[in-house]
Amino acid sequence: MEVLYRENILDHYRNPRNEGTLEDADISHELDNPLCGDRIRIDIRLKDGVVIEARFSGRGCVISIASASILTEEIVGKSVTELQAYREEDMFRLLGITPGPVRARCALLPLQVLKEGISRLRGKEQGLRA
Amino acid sequence: MSTGFDPSAIRADFPTLAQQVNGRPLIYLDNAASSLKPQPVVEAIRVFYQSRYASVHRGIYTLSEEATAAYEEARDKVASFIKAPDRRGIVFTRNATEAINLVAHSWGRLHVGRGDRLLVTEMEHHSNLLPWLLLCREVGAELIYLPITDEGRLDLSQLDRLLDGPVKLVAVTHVSNVLGTVNPVREIAARAHAAGALVLVDGAQSVPHLPVDIGALGCDFIAFSGHKMCGPTGIGVLYGRPELLESMPPFLVGGGMIERVGRTDATWAPPPHKFEAGTPAIAEAIGLGAAVDYLKHVGMEAIRAHERALTTYAMAQLSALPGLRIIGPPAGERSGVIAFTLASIHPHDLAFLLDREGIAIRAGLHCAQPLHERLGLEATARVSFYLYNTCDEIDQLVTVLQNAQRWLPGRSVSKSDGSAIP
Repeated sequence: MEVLYRENILDHYRNPRNEGTLEDADISHELDNPLCGDRIRIDIRLKDGVVIEARFSGRGCVISIASASILTEEIVGKSVTELQAYREEDMFRLLGITPGPVRARCALLPLQVLKEGISRLRGKEQGLRA
Repeated sequence: MSTGFDPSAIRADFPTLAQQVNGRPLIYLDNAASSLKPQPVVEAIRVFYQSRYASVHRGIYTLSEEATAAYEEARDKVASFIKAPDRRGIVFTRNATEAINLVAHSWGRLHVGRGDRLLVTEMEHHSNLLPWLLLCREVGAELIYLPITDEGRLDLSQLDRLLDGPVKLVAVTHVSNVLGTVNPVREIAARAHAAGALVLVDGAQSVPHLPVDIGALGCDFIAFSGHKMCGPTGIGVLYGRPELLESMPPFLVGGGMIERVGRTDATWAPPPHKFEAGTPAIAEAIGLGAAVDYLKHVGMEAIRAHERALTTYAMAQLSALPGLRIIGPPAGERSGVIAFTLASIHPHDLAFLLDREGIAIRAGLHCAQPLHERLGLEATARVSFYLYNTCDEIDQLVTVLQNAQRWLPGRSVSKSDGSAIP
């Protein structure tokens, strides 16, 4: 149909992977996009610093839901150190599109949730060590 | 320029409408955010910059004197447009937001203290909410809310109860930028004044679309933006009763707003100049004057009637779509603003699909988060009309919306373990 709404994106929107929540997750973080009311939460279970399970929940447009679905598939098996190095371009590469400035916020919301969640975990760990 | 009300002649005045977007003629339905500009406004700004440009109020030379006259003439035009009894009450600001912030800083810090209350409504735009929220936090006052009904009207049965207390100000929008509701400001102002409170009206959505007579409204302050009423960006208006403005300290200080400055003291120019520190937006003020001339020429009664007809037509067409829900009161009680949801399709996706067909609408929370929360809405799509819109454009909107559900059938509900239900 449209360039932005490629078939793989529509597929992830219609049949999202990893949608749900995790009990006793190691990382559980949620953010709003105040402009449009999107809200994405990501739950992650870790083993030795590596993601073994990931779920997302929330609400949003085609782009933000597909982005969350794709991201939760991508990160399983990756270490938090690797994930912290993820940049905007990596998210656009996974989606297969480079959205304009407005829709980029939708596309990047899940990555933002992930990275903030990891930072908070690190903060907590450092706090415990201190 | 056109005479009388003929949409095709009016459309010819707006060069932006002559273009194609994504291969389709532009259908601009985001007028509550900002309006397009008619040729006479563009021309007034061009002529000023090209051949009449100079700063105002300072120069002794001819060009500056003429620029000053043009700037002050724009003030007179705006005063007459809203039937302001006194031109000294018209302060040029950057936009309605700055106008409201001016009152919150200047009047607010003088008159609002610990334990006082400010009354806003649940349907306010953030620009008529956050300045008061911040003021209350700073001085220890309390922000209280006049509720709305589920139909999107102000619940006036609660007004007297809420006014019974140390309420210093009622800040209310004349027309909601989401619900389109036209509020009974006159009645609210009368009851607020009887309770000893002042009244500030957010006129951003009313002054461009309805005949507004501030004497009849009975408010103490009204704020609006030029860019929503065919004028340029960067120019807005605060009207305040001159005796109130006289008593208020300046908001910003600097050049042009003083009477005398010594090493340790200063006295301020009388209003409105007391509130216009620094070189003002001269070209923008002149552009706003041209916009007011244009709107007066078309006629505000005629514009209101045209928008009312469009709104009635659009609401009938939209409500016929399965799964479409319109937020807010019936057509007879609103201006040309319609917010809606369509089944489970996210408004962003609707806006995207419409844009592919050259149709510009707004999607999201429209700077009214508390209102969306109150109504239990995650986000809405919003169309808003102006004098150049037509029923034919509404038909095209409806056609794309009809197809939207075919493109985006919604997502499957997934189980909590993360696997999708087939």
